[in-house]
Amino acid sequence: MVEVRLENLKKYFGNGKVKAVDGIDLTIKDGEFLVLLGPSGCGKTTTLRMIAGLESPTGGKIWFGDKDVTYFSPKDRNISMVFQSYAVWPHMTVYDNIAFPLKIKKHPRDEIDKKVKWAAGMLQIGNLLDRYPAQLSGGQRQRVAVARAIVVEPAVLLMDEPLSNLDAKLRVAMRAEIKKLQTKLKVTTIYVTHDQVEAMTMGDRIAVMNKGKLLQVGPPTEVYLKPNSIFVGTFIGAPEMNLLEVSIKEKENGLVLEGTGLEITLPEEFRELLERYINKSVIFGIRPEHMTIEGVSTLEHVKRAREIEGTVDFIEALGTDTIVHARVGEGNLIKIKLPGHIPLEIGSKVKIVVDLDNIHIFDKTTENAVI
Amino acid sequence: MNEETKFILKKLVFYAFIFTVVAWIVIPIIISTLYGFALPKDYYDPKKILPTSFTIKYVKTLLITLGALDGIKNSIIVALITIAISFALGIPAGYAVAKFIFPGKDTIKLSIVALRMFPIPVMAIPLVILYIRLHLIDTLLGVALAHTAMSLPFVVLITSSIFAGVSKELEEAAMVFGLTRLGSFFKITLPLALPGLAAAAMFTFVMSWNEVFVASILTLAHRTLPAQILSIMAGASGGAAPDYYKFAAAFIMILPAITFIFFARKYLVTMWGITLK
Repeated sequence: MVEVRLENLKKYFGNGKVKAVDGIDLTIKDGEFLVLLGPSGCGKTTTLRMIAGLESPTGGKIWFGDKDVTYFSPKDRNISMVFQSYAVWPHMTVYDNIAFPLKIKKHPRDEIDKKVKWAAGMLQIGNLLDRYPAQLSGGQRQRVAVARAIVVEPAVLLMDEPLSNLDAKLRVAMRAEIKKLQTKLKVTTIYVTHDQVEAMTMGDRIAVMNKGKLLQVGPPTEVYLKPNSIFVGTFIGAPEMNLLEVSIKEKENGLVLEGTGLEITLPEEFRELLERYINKSVIFGIRPEHMTIEGVSTLEHVKRAREIEGTVDFIEALGTDTIVHARVGEGNLIKIKLPGHIPLEIGSKVKIVVDLDNIHIFDKTTENAVI
Repeated sequence: MNEETKFILKKLVFYAFIFTVVAWIVIPIIISTLYGFALPKDYYDPKKILPTSFTIKYVKTLLITLGALDGIKNSIIVALITIAISFALGIPAGYAVAKFIFPGKDTIKLSIVALRMFPIPVMAIPLVILYIRLHLIDTLLGVALAHTAMSLPFVVLITSSIFAGVSKELEEAAMVFGLTRLGSFFKITLPLALPGLAAAAMFTFVMSWNEVFVASILTLAHRTLPAQILSIMAGASGGAAPDYYKFAAAFIMILPAITFIFFARKYLVTMWGITLK
């Protein structure tokens, strides 16, 4: 159990041509479950591999507590790792796979036996100990890999997209199980994934990465409700956040977001933040679940709302939800997520209710959030 | 012609083809074995295609009186030395080619193969002169070194494809869980590669066992089996040998190859890196 601190961590490939990780500062608290989230190629796996010691950094430092482990070899870091491909050794039985790390560290035999049985029990694979990995299903192999990772009682547990090779149902089950296990063991965990649902459900905090840079770090709800950039806003949430180009105008009843086919009067408190954007264009963002259609469903918790007019263009009925694609003005298509089954006719005119407390305004050039 | 007759005809052609290919290989083996043990009167009887009375006399003469047994012993020694040296050099090279990215990797891979394009008869005289100077002429080590030069390219290519089949993450997992890179090679990669490496060893063995040209020019007293057989058959002992001796010799040569294929057939596919799961 240890705090992990990354200090301006860098990894360049091909003589600095490819900046896989481009200066990351991040502290993972003792016992915390941190999710590194980002699209493929964003540098999240490279970051994890540097923490593991499988990749040596081009620059920066890695601290475990007050120990500088930047150039330690993996075996001297007291870490465990669960690999994407499980990396369960095919020539060893499940028992030997789990016992192997302890055997290397020369633990006494009866202690190894006790610990292997404990770890196997935690992952409910006690009945599979004599089998070889080839005789196991993907989900079972995954459990072996996790059991092997926890048996050594590591200071830091690293997971590299451990659930991405499982089928959807199993993934949901394992998600909860891994999270519970981590809460029980209180081991500092760094979990890499590109799946925003995994990140939202598992992480104590989420660190969103893109193009080798760390964009935002925070608890899941904060990252979801207050994204600091267009990238974070659209990467988290499905269907993704609606983005519309609008301009900010000064009118008699205050500041107004004006775009093709929509006009939204903003509350006075936004004035200070938006002052320098008056008569300039900005990006207006609103999540599909933060809107509703008048007369169809209500957002009960909404305190302040504005209405815009639209035409129903297309309807996706998902059973639990309905996603309404509505045309607003010329060419602006926005998605609205409504609970339950909503019978709406394509082409019908609707009034779209926008939750004013959940709107986002981004700077057009920096793409950073203003509100 | 309806679909069914078409189907049957297709099957027929397919099996006829298979039969031809198998017969092409199997019939000479059967004939060599039968005639190798046949009595001369059966062999020369124009009414008989297959001999009916057998003797081990000629195989025995070849093995004991004419020195084929010594040849077998020499061949085994040469083959084992060849395997030892080509594996000692080839495994690290194969591993490097499979697992690391370094400048000039493709050039090295290509030149390894290109080495084998060089016809050995062209090198015959320089090789003999070099061997005389190095006092390697007519020694088993000398032949083994020459065989190593011939088999090493294959050992490098075969082992590299075997190692490429062992996933990087398996080794990395071992490193994370407490082994050094070298340790993870010996504890994880090598055991996983073992079946493939065994096949590569057998391949090298057979290559060395069958090689006759280099063995013939580099040795005189200490000949390997093929060189020994060649000198017997070509008439080093005064005139070409009778046919049934040739068949007996063929039988002695074929036996290890068949044994090899029998045990190695399972691994032969692996050897070329097609699968390692």
